[in-house]
Amino acid sequence: MIRKLTFATVYVLNQASAYDFYVNKLGFKVHTDAPIGKDNRWLTVTPPDQPEIELSLLLVTEGEMFTREAVKTVTELIQKGTFGHGGFECKDIYATYEELKSKGVEFAKPPKEEFYGVAAVFKDDSGNWFSLTQKK
Amino acid sequence: MTTEQYPKVYLYKRIVQAKLFIDTNFADKIDIDHISDEAFFSKFHFIRLFKQIYGKTPHQYLTSVRIDNAILLFQKDKPVSDVCFSVGFESLSSFSGLFKKNVGVSPSTFLAQEQYRRQQIIQNPLNYISGCFAHKFGWTKYSNFEEVK
Repeated sequence: MIRKLTFATVYVLNQASAYDFYVNKLGFKVHTDAPIGKDNRWLTVTPPDQPEIELSLLLVTEGEMFTREAVKTVTELIQKGTFGHGGFECKDIYATYEELKSKGVEFAKPPKEEFYGVAAVFKDDSGNWFSLTQKK
Repeated sequence: MTTEQYPKVYLYKRIVQAKLFIDTNFADKIDIDHISDEAFFSKFHFIRLFKQIYGKTPHQYLTSVRIDNAILLFQKDKPVSDVCFSVGFESLSSFSGLFKKNVGVSPSTFLAQEQYRRQQIIQNPLNYISGCFAHKFGWTKYSNFEEVK
């Protein structure tokens, strides 16, 4: 029986840039940063109030996971903003929106009142998007 | 409702700027009176709004930012005394007390735990990496962690 989620993967195009985005802009905590080989690392971060769920910021790179063609295709799709990876929750969406905007985070949708609360959509430095919600 | 029309937009911008000021200048001696002046609020009004938005008073938030940055420096193997002063604490005793209160262990214990963990990651990286991804990338026990060509 499945009991819990331990980590989820977000494919990124540059891990150093992703580190800066998730840690310095979003304020996530570094869980594990293990160098693997020359240009790759197992980099996981956690939301500040949820240390038990890791987001693995995995590099799109050629290997057993992706062929060269797949790297090209996936990279293009990420850059186009094809993939939405999940939703985050915050205490005060207007304050979070103002802060992230001032740090250069791109919002595909600014905060808007919905039936379930106030919601926005932002993109990470690669092009992956996430919803951001302040629940009612 | 458009972005610029949400309730109290200018108030939010001022509080967020004050929060970002703390994020940027945590290592310096920060005077909350000065920040509230910069944000054009009375000290009382500023503290009340800040706590309403962030769940902490500006002083509590400043302490948490300093502790978070201390943790990042410990993860980079910086010694306790250097970390204490470089994140803005003025004495080792207040740093140690607040660190233990917030993190649960003393700074020296935390540093030792981080050093051990880092050493373990170098020696046994597969213990820290999801097995399925390690396999998919060809990071196997005998591969010397070079990626598959």
